[in-house]
Amino acid sequence: MIKDTEILVIGAGPAGLAAASAAAFLGASVLICERDDAPGGQLVKQTHKFFGSEKQYAGDRGIYIGRRLTGAVRENPQIELMTNATVLGIYDDGIVTVLHDNRHLKIRPQKTIVATGAAEKFLAFPGNDLPGIYGAGAVQTLMNVAGVRPAERVLMVGAGNIGLIVTYQLLQAGVQVAGVIEAAPKIGGYLVHASKIRRAGVPILTRHTVCEAFGTDQLEGVRICRLDDQGQKIPGSEETVACDTLCLAVGLTPLTELCWQAGCEMAWIRELSGHVPIVDENLETSVPGLYAAGDVSGIEEASSAMVEGRLAGLAAAGSLGYRPEQAKEEILAARAELAELRSGPTGGKIMAGLARMREAGKTKGGVFVC
Amino acid sequence: MENRTDDKNTILCRCEDLTREAILDCIRAGFCTIDEIKRVTRAGMGPCQGRTCRLLIAQELSSYYHIPMEEVLMPTFRPPTRPVSMGVLADAWKEGQSGAAENGGKGGTA
Repeated sequence: MIKDTEILVIGAGPAGLAAASAAAFLGASVLICERDDAPGGQLVKQTHKFFGSEKQYAGDRGIYIGRRLTGAVRENPQIELMTNATVLGIYDDGIVTVLHDNRHLKIRPQKTIVATGAAEKFLAFPGNDLPGIYGAGAVQTLMNVAGVRPAERVLMVGAGNIGLIVTYQLLQAGVQVAGVIEAAPKIGGYLVHASKIRRAGVPILTRHTVCEAFGTDQLEGVRICRLDDQGQKIPGSEETVACDTLCLAVGLTPLTELCWQAGCEMAWIRELSGHVPIVDENLETSVPGLYAAGDVSGIEEASSAMVEGRLAGLAAAGSLGYRPEQAKEEILAARAELAELRSGPTGGKIMAGLARMREAGKTKGGVFVC
Repeated sequence: MENRTDDKNTILCRCEDLTREAILDCIRAGFCTIDEIKRVTRAGMGPCQGRTCRLLIAQELSSYYHIPMEEVLMPTFRPPTRPVSMGVLADAWKEGQSGAAENGGKGGTA
C-alpha cells in the first residue's frame, strides 16, 4: 500500500521540526519520518545555552528548544510524526521507501524536505579502531541522554564548538579531561567556551595531532605530536597522554545520500564542510519539489537550521497553493532572518560557501579523477 | 609516506574492517575511484554504507593523484541507505501481492 502525503519531511531535528510546523501553519498536511526513537535530533543532548538572536531562542538550552519544537509538532493535527522510521530510498517515480518498525513502507509525497543533518568525520591513525575511541556525538549521547559516565580520563581531539562544549560537559559529569588538541593554529570554537574549560585547568594545545592510539584490549593512551606551519608532523615532538577514551570532534559533513539518490546536482564546497545539494533561494534542489534544509545543505548551527527548515516548509507549502500571499511574506522574513544570522564574524565563511555553491550550480559537470 | 606497519593498524572502513594499507594497495594497483575500490574490497558496503570511510578514501585518492577533493568522483548512491532484512522485503512483497488482488490485479509492485 502506498501512503500519500502532501509534504514529507525527512528528519525530526531542528530543521525538520521547523519545516513541518511552518508548512502546517500555511495549511499543508505533513508527514515527518525520523530515524531515531525520539524527535529532536542533536538538540536532545545539547544541555548548553544557545547564542544567536532571541528569535532563535538564544539563551535557552538546546534540549528545551528541542522540546518546544517537538511540542508544537505534536500539538498540530496537520502533522503526523513517525519515529523509528528510516528513509531508505527516493526513487525516480517519486516514491520514498521507509523502514518503520520492521516494515517496509512506501510513501508518495507531493513535496519532500530533506533535513537529514550531518555525520561526524573520522580520523585515520594507527590504532583508530580500539575500544574507547568515540565520536563526540556518541560521548554526548552517553552522558546527556543515557546518563552514563562514558570514561575516566579523556583526550579530546578538536577545539571547535563541539569539542569545547563536550569537554565542559565531560568535566560536569566528573570525567577527567587530559587536554584538548587541535590541528589548526587557532581555536575554532567560541572563546567563551574555550575560556570556561581553560579556567577549569584543561590545556588546549593547538597545532597538535594524534600520531597513534595504543592499548591491549582497549585504549590505554595516545601519542600526540606538534605540527609545523605546513601542518606536517614535527619529528621528535611526540608526547604520550594516558587516557581510556579518545573523543573525536573533528567536524561534521552533510548527510546527503538521499540527495545523491534523488539525482540532485551536488557540489563539493569546503566552507559548507562537504558535498551539498545545489539549492535556490527557497532551498529547492535541482530536483523539482525536493528541498534541503539544515546541516544537509551545509554545516551551520542549529539556529540557522531552524530558520532554513522554516523557509523550506513555507516554500513547499506555498508552492502547493496554500495561502500564497502569507507564504510570500513569511518567506521574505525567514530569508532576512538567515541573512542576519550569517552577518556575524563566523557567517562570512558560510556566505562565501553559499556563493560558491550558487556558482557551481551554473557550471555543473562531472569530473573524473584519472 | 607513512610506513606499512602504521597503515596496517589504521582502519579506514570500520564496517568491513579495511585498513589504510588495503586501500592504498588498491590505489597503487590502479583503482582510481571510490566505486572501483568498493567493488574489489567492499569498502562502504557495511551497515553505515560509507558514511565513515567515503571521505577518508576520497582523501587518499586526492593525495595520491594530487587532485583537489572537489574533483574526486563520488560513488553511486542507491537505496537502501541501510541494510534491510530479506524478511522485511518479503513481507512488503506479500502485502503488495494481496493489495494487487484486491485492486483486481492492477498495480501491486512490492
